[in-house]
Amino acid sequence: MKRYTIFVITENFIGILNRITIIFTRRGINIDALTASESRIPGIHRVTIEVTVNEDTVIQLVNQIEKIIDVIKAFYHEDEGVVYQEIALYKIPVSKLDGGLEKVIRQHNAKIIAAEPDFVVLELTGHKEQTQELLEILKGYGLLEFARSGRVAVAKRMLTIESFIK
Amino acid sequence: MKDSMVRGADIVVRSIIAENADIIFGYPGGAIMPVYDALYDYHDQVRHVLTRHEQGAIHAAQGYARVSGKVGVCIATSGPGATNLITGLADAQIDSTPLVCITGQVAAHLLGTDAFQETDVVGISMPGTKWNIQVRRVEDIAPAIARGFYIARSGRPGPVLIDITKNAQVDFGEWNYVPCMGFRSYKTHIPVDISLIQQAAELINNAERPYLLFGQGVVLGKAETELKFFLDKSGIPAACTLLGSGAIPQDHPNYVGKLGMHGNYAPNLLTNQCDVLIAVGMRFDDRVTGDLKRYAKQAKVIHLELDKAEVNKNVKAEVAVIGDCKESLCMLTEAIREKKHDSWMGKFRDLEQEEKAAVMQYDITPTKVGLTMGEVIHQINQYKADDAVLVTDVGQHQMIAWRYFNYKKSRTQVTSGGLGTMGFALPAALGAQLHDYSRQVICVVGDGGIQMTIQELGTIMQTKAPVKIVLLNNNFLGMVRQWQQMFFDRRYSFTELDNPDFIKIAEAYNIRAQKVTERTDLKEAIEDMLIHDGPFFLEVVVEKEDNVFPMIATGCSVEEVRLS
Repeated sequence: MKRYTIFVITENFIGILNRITIIFTRRGINIDALTASESRIPGIHRVTIEVTVNEDTVIQLVNQIEKIIDVIKAFYHEDEGVVYQEIALYKIPVSKLDGGLEKVIRQHNAKIIAAEPDFVVLELTGHKEQTQELLEILKGYGLLEFARSGRVAVAKRMLTIESFIK
Repeated sequence: MKDSMVRGADIVVRSIIAENADIIFGYPGGAIMPVYDALYDYHDQVRHVLTRHEQGAIHAAQGYARVSGKVGVCIATSGPGATNLITGLADAQIDSTPLVCITGQVAAHLLGTDAFQETDVVGISMPGTKWNIQVRRVEDIAPAIARGFYIARSGRPGPVLIDITKNAQVDFGEWNYVPCMGFRSYKTHIPVDISLIQQAAELINNAERPYLLFGQGVVLGKAETELKFFLDKSGIPAACTLLGSGAIPQDHPNYVGKLGMHGNYAPNLLTNQCDVLIAVGMRFDDRVTGDLKRYAKQAKVIHLELDKAEVNKNVKAEVAVIGDCKESLCMLTEAIREKKHDSWMGKFRDLEQEEKAAVMQYDITPTKVGLTMGEVIHQINQYKADDAVLVTDVGQHQMIAWRYFNYKKSRTQVTSGGLGTMGFALPAALGAQLHDYSRQVICVVGDGGIQMTIQELGTIMQTKAPVKIVLLNNNFLGMVRQWQQMFFDRRYSFTELDNPDFIKIAEAYNIRAQKVTERTDLKEAIEDMLIHDGPFFLEVVVEKEDNVFPMIATGCSVEEVRLS
């Protein structure tokens, strides 16, 4: 088992995400994370799926996804083949803001992006290992809420969407 | 309002006609009523057949599509009408049958409100369709239908569902039909890689015991002649899957029989002795391979297949040639040397004799008192036309009919292969018959399966479709009973049936019927049935506890195929 990032380049039609996800659920495979956004070409969306499976399975998943009529292209990469980031937000009570926390924020290159009378919100962008490490520390500071995005990623391979829609 | 403005419902019917469909199977209801109203105006251009259940409509469309090679069309209303199509959609999806199904839907402003007969049919049918879409605006109807027909028939064929809200059917829109010729996310033609053909040819040229398996892909790809040329030149023995039957005539010198759980002895056994295995338009279904860990491990596999997702799915291919097998077979024939494989072929023939002695002779010319399913099919062979279509349901009779029917032409086999849908045969036979009234359509069905869709006798009565129905009645769910006997200690849990008087039922539908219980009456009854001008219902009471052999039990290897 290995962690793979699947990229799906697709038409932006209703139901397409459903068609993609049932390919995973039918095989009893859990999606670790999923993000969807418009690509740089209007009307074409890209879906990034993180999944932990063996290589035979990821090949079959990609083939099945690409078979979906409105999907333009699907491919997969190992972690080494992509540049990726995740964003994490941490909500901390103001009462816990002290010198210790300030040091933690500095050490992890986190940012305070909102300050309200009762709480502050920290942001950290990076790989899961980094955001997870900060999470563990902040649990000691009365962490009120935590949210982490799925992976956004771009491939290292030099391919463009245009080459698939010719 | 411009002259070219018509109701959405008219656009639906005109679009279907523009796609060259000559028959629609369907059932009306509230949300599809505008389309039915429009059908009234176009009855001279397209025929509508009212089935007795939506499942009957879709199976009939499947039967029509399978024999004609055209897209089958069916229409149903929203809610229960639409959900009754689901079994047929799943069946068509797994057996690659081209269908366009149109369902009515509640008006757009009611969507999501649990309105009367509202069901999320797009959501429900998603895993069972090649493509589906909901149309909520009149201007989107024609493009959706054009795209639907294109998707259904191109590439690897499959079912499409188009759900049209009632407001779109009653609103007025412009009639301007543009057939779909393709679109950017869907590539139907994959050019065959010549270097892979060369690699495959080299494997074949150096092979001592090459063996070819062909499936329905040959039929769908219209590559029957190309396959024949390849076999003629290569001298390679060839076996077929259930749905590949008929792609080449069974009397072709290279034809060695059928694959799978109840296929022939030699084709299964020798799978594990070949050195090169060439699979054409087939997907290594588990009923064909048995235990994959012990399937053709000694062989180098060449896979000619249109659907990339089928390659390396179950069996790893040494050389996988993606593309239309009509092209790849042609190129491969060019690239190989002419050869004969007499001694290897001899092995198949020797084992065939073993199967004849151990199984076939008892099935075809039984010595016991009770009639066998095999002898019924054998008698049908004596009188049937060369291009007769065999439609079967699911179970023992299906396997026996497949084993013994003498396939001479392509597209003469209609059965529910992948899904194994009981109740498929009767409506599918109706659909196959309505494609061509003059063709012999023989529907072989069991006493379990026929009762799942027996109401379609009403459609046969109304259309006067001259279907020849052969009910092989053993008063059991025979295949399940066979498994209970073999693997569940003869604990016959809920498989015995108290059946109605089928003859009375058929006669109530004005269908000529006859019951045969004695061997001496069989021949004449079959002859009478086949010459009868109109539908005929022949019930043959067969041995109650007969088994189908050879058999590869679940989890066993192809080389563990049993003769008894």
